[in-house]
Amino acid sequence: LSESLAPVTPPEPDTPPTTVAARLDLMHRAGGLAVPVATGILAFVIGGLVVLATGHNPFLAYRDILNGAGLNWIAHPWDTDTANTAPYNLTQTLLQTTTLILTGLAVAFAFRCGLFNIGGQGQYFMGLFVASWVGTSFVNMTRPAHILLGIVAASLAGAAWAAIAGFLKAAVGAHEVITTIMLNWIAYWIGNYLFQQGGPLQGPANKPLDIPISADIAHSAKLPVFWGDSDLQGLHIGFFVAIAALIVFWALLNRTTLGYEVRAVGYNPTAAAYGGIKVRTNYVRAMAISGAFAGLAGGLDMLGYLFHYGTSDVQASAIGFLGIAVALLGRNTAVGVAIAALLFGALVFGTTHGLQSNVIDPSLAGHLTELIQGLVVLFVGADLLIISIWRAGGRVRRRPAKPAAEAAS
Amino acid sequence: VSTYVGQLDAARFVRPKAIATYGFAFGVLAFLLAIPPVSARSPVWPILLGIIAAFAGVFAASRGAARAGWGAVVVGMLGIALGVLATRSSTGNLDQVFTASLIASMLVFATPLTFAAIGGMFSERSGVVNIGLEGMMLMGAFWGIWGADKTGSWVSGLVIGIISGGLLALVHAFFAIHLRADQIVGGTAVNFLALGITGYFFVQLYHGNNVPTGVSQIPNVNLTSKSNHGFFSEAFGHLNVMIWAAMALVVVSYVVMFKTPLGLRIRACGEHPRAADTVGINVYLLRYFSVVLSGMLAAAGGAYLTVGYLNTYNENVTAGRGFIALAALIFGNWRPFGAFGAALLFGLSTAIAFRLPVYSDSAATLFQALPYVITLIAVAGVIGRSTPPAAVGRPYVKQ
Repeated sequence: LSESLAPVTPPEPDTPPTTVAARLDLMHRAGGLAVPVATGILAFVIGGLVVLATGHNPFLAYRDILNGAGLNWIAHPWDTDTANTAPYNLTQTLLQTTTLILTGLAVAFAFRCGLFNIGGQGQYFMGLFVASWVGTSFVNMTRPAHILLGIVAASLAGAAWAAIAGFLKAAVGAHEVITTIMLNWIAYWIGNYLFQQGGPLQGPANKPLDIPISADIAHSAKLPVFWGDSDLQGLHIGFFVAIAALIVFWALLNRTTLGYEVRAVGYNPTAAAYGGIKVRTNYVRAMAISGAFAGLAGGLDMLGYLFHYGTSDVQASAIGFLGIAVALLGRNTAVGVAIAALLFGALVFGTTHGLQSNVIDPSLAGHLTELIQGLVVLFVGADLLIISIWRAGGRVRRRPAKPAAEAAS
Repeated sequence: VSTYVGQLDAARFVRPKAIATYGFAFGVLAFLLAIPPVSARSPVWPILLGIIAAFAGVFAASRGAARAGWGAVVVGMLGIALGVLATRSSTGNLDQVFTASLIASMLVFATPLTFAAIGGMFSERSGVVNIGLEGMMLMGAFWGIWGADKTGSWVSGLVIGIISGGLLALVHAFFAIHLRADQIVGGTAVNFLALGITGYFFVQLYHGNNVPTGVSQIPNVNLTSKSNHGFFSEAFGHLNVMIWAAMALVVVSYVVMFKTPLGLRIRACGEHPRAADTVGINVYLLRYFSVVLSGMLAAAGGAYLTVGYLNTYNENVTAGRGFIALAALIFGNWRPFGAFGAALLFGLSTAIAFRLPVYSDSAATLFQALPYVITLIAVAGVIGRSTPPAAVGRPYVKQ
């Protein structure tokens, strides 16, 4: 038994909760909705102060960003014609939300097993590359089969990429943060290689051959669009796949033996091993499932609305990293991830392409998203901040804290 | 006593580990013979030396030094492959890639990594994980060139850049030490923050265009005249001040970390903070000091990149160099000379990647992934295990 525990060091009794899952447990007990809402608001207020300090009106800027995200559609929901600005912007926000739900789940699932999966970006890339390859090959397949093949292959690619980190953790105890960072950058350079001039996937049809982008995927691999124009990035059925993934995530964790084992390892690997759960197997399994979510995100993006990809897209992409903020703000639960993904999806589109504003420039506002993202991650990760908010909410008397939290005061 | 020591020393050279080291050396030599200045044209030499390396590796592996031995086997095989490839390529192409100036450009690319990796060493040796090196480097890069542009002097630019990195590190330190936030989450946040801050102010202050050319630049140290094209002159004659500063930093940080009470205290905080606290060491203060110092050093590396080397700025100019520095730190086993060696290796691979397009664009691109692949292999424990400080990543609670 002790041998199977080799990579896991027992926690010292005199230290505060150190494993990711133990911190997560603290966060779960700390203040329900109050913490994510408060940290979110705090991040937006500080972002607003930066906007104010640089000579723009923060209220008008945020109003324009909300309109840019299409959230003003709620004022007249009977208007679903995407020729109009608000419904169109909303479909674009939901496209981003689709991706963010899945990259968020990729971080959240690993978190529940006590693993911090920073590799969502790399896993997303691998799914996207494989989907691009499947979409441009196998052109004689029927549409449902081609789509299914693309989606499954993308998920498997993401799962395999993440499983490398899980395997290294299980076999030699290599920290998953380090390995996933390295895997992200390897995927980044693989992408640069695939789409560069003369690369295996490069070769745009009907365009000059020296552009470093891939060919468009075959029509048979494109996902059906249910809202908007299929030629103008309409909202594709991948949106429902993402919703289904949320349900799968919840059911897998809370209603299956596999989920029970994953959560048990996340709370306390030593106790889980004592209870007969194979800790190492669960590390690999949890990482693979996480990677499958991120790979699926890449696959849906490629088959749903991107259709082709280039080296400049590889260099600019950060949607996998945004999944970290989504998972942390959503507190690694299905409902939380859905809400946080909508928020960040709105921010991503509302601060860039959707933004029509004379208050704040889109190129400026795009960086506001990065700033708010950083602040959210910073505040959500801070235990004492959370405990103090929790105390302010008066919850401490109803549910006494663990000794670890007491020692913190 | 002296004979006893002498016997011990003699035994050291035939131990399995030592033999594995010879294997490594032969493997490297197999490749070195095939490139300039020697440029052996026959494939016999690399194959012969590579096989000797592999044999030494197998010998060592079968006598207890498994990791080092198999590592030597791998190096031997790589030596054969690369050496034979080099003998197949034209001497013209080889001369273009392997010149004395390759050493100079290796040092150029290694310098930002060295600053950041040494910075990371201080932080992690004191017990605080610093994934935020990339962000701190980016802060130094942007505010450094902004300072040099606004004040007209590279010295103040460098100082402003270093201060900006220190401030961002202070945020990380405050969340990691006082608020006891998860250090990895905090480091991730710091990276996002730096991306947001530098991106936002780059648009606000420079409208997203490039920084005007002709900003005051960190000067080079000219050891030889410009007309001298000898090996020494090409390799070391005109290096930037910051490159020499990086090399000095490695020595100084080694002395500080391993030969002074301050270094001992920092390491104590990283290995066993409770014990350090018991003997009267101020754990919080030392951790703050180390994290802020790491931010300042990483920022100095970033400032070198923009003020010393590129002399301009574009969005996210560091492009993952902070993470390579992190990799160098791990690969170098959290030691100054180890980290410097790894930085040199990664710098060399970047420098070669920049010259490889004479052969193939694909190879040049894939070569850029090499540092990350090597680090992945290193943390997997194939070539010796990397061991981080015992208490790294754990917040400390005073009692």
